[in-house]
Amino acid sequence: MNSSPSQAFLELEGISKRFGKTEVLRNIDLAVADGEFICFLGPSGCGKSTLLRVIAGLEAQSSGRILRRGSDISHAPPALRDAGILFQSYALFPNLSVHDNVAYGLVNRGMTRVDIARRVESLLALVGLPGTGMRLPGQLSGGQQQRVALARALAPSPGLLLLDEPLSALDAKVRIHLRQQIRELQTTLRLTTIMVTHDQEEALTMADRIVVMNQGVIEQVGTPQEIYHHPASLFVADFVGKMNFFPARARPDGSLAVGLAALQRMHGACALPDGPLTVCFRPEEVCSVPTGQQAFNAFPAQVRGIEFLGAAWRALLDCPLLGERPVVADFSSEDARRIGLQLGCALQVSIAPAHLHVFPAPERSGAA
Amino acid sequence: MQAAFPVIGPLPPVRARARRFPERTVAACVLALLCAIALLLIGLPLYAVLSKSMQDAGGRFIGLANFLQYAQNPGLRQSVLHSLVVCALTTACTVPLAFLYAMALVRSRLPFKALFKGIALLPILAPSLLSAIALTYMFGNQGYLKSWMGDQPIYGLRGIVMAQVFYCFPHAVMVLSTALALSDARMYEVARTLGTRPLRAFFTITLPSARYGLISAAFVVVTLSITDFGIAKVIGGQYGVLAIDIYKQIIGQQNFQMGAVVGVVLLIPALLSFGVDLLVRRRQASLLNARSVLYRPRREPLFDAAMTGFAALVAGVILVIVGTAVFASLVKLWPYDLSLAWGSYDFAAYDALGWGAYRNSIVLSLWVAAAGTVLVFCGAYLVEKMRGLRVMRALLHFLAMLPLAVPGLVLGLGYVFFFNHPSNPLSGLSGSIALMAMCCVAHYYTVPHLTALTALQQIDSEFEAASASLGVPFWRTFRRVTVPICLPAILDIATYFFVNAMTTVAAVIFLYEPLTMVASVAVVAMDDTGDTAAACAMAVMVLLTSAAAKLLQSILSRWLGSGSQAWRRATSE
Repeated sequence: MNSSPSQAFLELEGISKRFGKTEVLRNIDLAVADGEFICFLGPSGCGKSTLLRVIAGLEAQSSGRILRRGSDISHAPPALRDAGILFQSYALFPNLSVHDNVAYGLVNRGMTRVDIARRVESLLALVGLPGTGMRLPGQLSGGQQQRVALARALAPSPGLLLLDEPLSALDAKVRIHLRQQIRELQTTLRLTTIMVTHDQEEALTMADRIVVMNQGVIEQVGTPQEIYHHPASLFVADFVGKMNFFPARARPDGSLAVGLAALQRMHGACALPDGPLTVCFRPEEVCSVPTGQQAFNAFPAQVRGIEFLGAAWRALLDCPLLGERPVVADFSSEDARRIGLQLGCALQVSIAPAHLHVFPAPERSGAA
Repeated sequence: MQAAFPVIGPLPPVRARARRFPERTVAACVLALLCAIALLLIGLPLYAVLSKSMQDAGGRFIGLANFLQYAQNPGLRQSVLHSLVVCALTTACTVPLAFLYAMALVRSRLPFKALFKGIALLPILAPSLLSAIALTYMFGNQGYLKSWMGDQPIYGLRGIVMAQVFYCFPHAVMVLSTALALSDARMYEVARTLGTRPLRAFFTITLPSARYGLISAAFVVVTLSITDFGIAKVIGGQYGVLAIDIYKQIIGQQNFQMGAVVGVVLLIPALLSFGVDLLVRRRQASLLNARSVLYRPRREPLFDAAMTGFAALVAGVILVIVGTAVFASLVKLWPYDLSLAWGSYDFAAYDALGWGAYRNSIVLSLWVAAAGTVLVFCGAYLVEKMRGLRVMRALLHFLAMLPLAVPGLVLGLGYVFFFNHPSNPLSGLSGSIALMAMCCVAHYYTVPHLTALTALQQIDSEFEAASASLGVPFWRTFRRVTVPICLPAILDIATYFFVNAMTTVAAVIFLYEPLTMVASVAVVAMDDTGDTAAACAMAVMVLLTSAAAKLLQSILSRWLGSGSQAWRRATSE
């Protein structure tokens, strides 16, 4: 077995997929390392599920190659791709018992009945449902059904686990619990896993690396921190987390003209292109600065509205210098207390140059 | 690095067998086989009718000459007019009646709903002739209600329309009650909170949402009425219609070319209604969604009473007509000696085949039910669940939808032309029960196909993907999961085939030989020779058998509900 770190577990080379005239996937390249947890994140219709099905062999790609440990599996049938799949709908067979469901992929492998029973029982124990083998799927809750489906997918001991929005049909509480359970299992088994989701929180909390997709192309590949703190495109900046967007232009001295203000950028930041730009920053990067104290990119603001988020406060700020559009700022409860945050109060806020992200403005205005 | 967890260590690989028979190849082969069968059963016989209509007696192609000749024949031209009149009157009477009855069934608090529904379906269980024969007993020359007719005889337009309304009624009720049941209760709740009066709610919510159902029901009735053969034969008198013309041309004058021409003419209205129905069906799909709440009727004393009265009246008429037929078959000599006797059931006294015709019918219907169900369900499964192979799936679906637009007489004619042709290797089948079974399967293919598609669409579409990823071939999942889940629908399909094969006249009237005559044809034959009581008795036997099949179906599906379908209850808990 060749498991040198340089060789990827799974490689996609130029995968494209067309349904009739619509192009669902365009020239996708991706390498997945052994034991990695990857999330495909994107809005519905971005092609993430199709890509997963292409990897599983349930859809045939229009062009491109799929390599697994270096060997070409581009046209192998699903059965020979050694991948377990978990579906959003669970896809448990309703007329078969939990035991028969989990054993479904084991019976045509020449195992004895006793071996199968033993393995099914230990799989059910693994997903936290020991002793449920004789029940029918309909007698279990949604979260339990999805765990049975997980046991069924793991039963043939696949080298790759594919999860197609596995949690989106579940209640919020169950979802968070199952999220942890899947992640724990994945780490314990060191099982290479790809999960499709449109829920950014799910992707940020679970994944080793996130693949952000939009309209059939990969926008960015990176760790959750990279994706969140260093979005590579306006789309990623908009899709992941909350962002303030302002139209901007480059000034000759390298700073940014936003409204009437000039925002300083990091020392050594790359040169800006000509033409319209969009600058963005996260609500939690907006700091309040005591009036009179000097700070980078500081400007006066007035509180136009407040929302209570539980652990924090979200304020809508009028910043005349930045233009008409209000700034959204998040303050921790402690900060809010300290500055006496309330409707109509005036304060001074600043945004550190490191937290400004600049992109070429989209073709048509209205990015946010 | 491989998984280090002890409990799910690596497994032996999938057996080589799975690799040797790639699933796609198997699916393609089965699909190709089913397409070939459908082509043989449906496509080629139809083509035979079309080509025959453009040939002269010697088999040479003469284009539309036969059609011109047809158009110049005043008698035949009149049949077209008669058919249209019958069809318009039947539709105009049946659809409103059926709509009200369906309203009573679905939208009111009618007591004994199951009973009323069962009574409304009775006419389907007998050959269409039963009503015509019963009407002659009621309003004919010696009928006990003859005075109701004034001095007009029942034989002719009146009789045809009355019998057809009886025969078409259950079909329209089924379509309409489905359409009325598929309505969103939320809309009525909104109307009530806005203070809308019931009549306005009816015109603004009920009628529009049932619009497609009404159109669909109208076209079902049009097709049934214009293509029905038995009723016009028994009670039509001198009032010639298209379906009778085919029969006369083929059986009477042996003019196969002209028979084919009439068949093609008969295809036109049927094709037309088929096309409209297809359009309507496509739109109907989006009326309800997962968030809709099904309508449950509230107590409305006045409305409920009116609906109950109406339903009781209609059900009473149906029972009287069926009862007349049963009674007539049981008396010694109508109307002179009304004492009860079994004489009419001694079929050997009227026809050499005797009870043999009934036995033939049972054999035929069992074959049709068995072969039809297997063909339809496998075909629908491949059409609905396979990925790729698009051309063959579309072809099979098209061939499956076609029979709905083809009158039984025309299809039967196609079978005569295609299978009796001496150069056909299957010509040995001609006159056999097997050939009749093939024709019945083909004739009644569409409705079961749609039933199967609906049942399959309700199953999670990921089942095939899930089993593929587990290394289990699709046929195993088909056997272990799909078929068990769909058992109620499969039972429904088998019953449909059985009952229709029992009752059809049109599909088999050209195909039998003396020894292979079936019960429904025996009804026609005995009525022809004046043995009306015996014809009635045979029709009653068919009715009883069909009713028994229906009863068996409901018992079986209840039993399934407690046994192998236990998972359904588990899900609904």
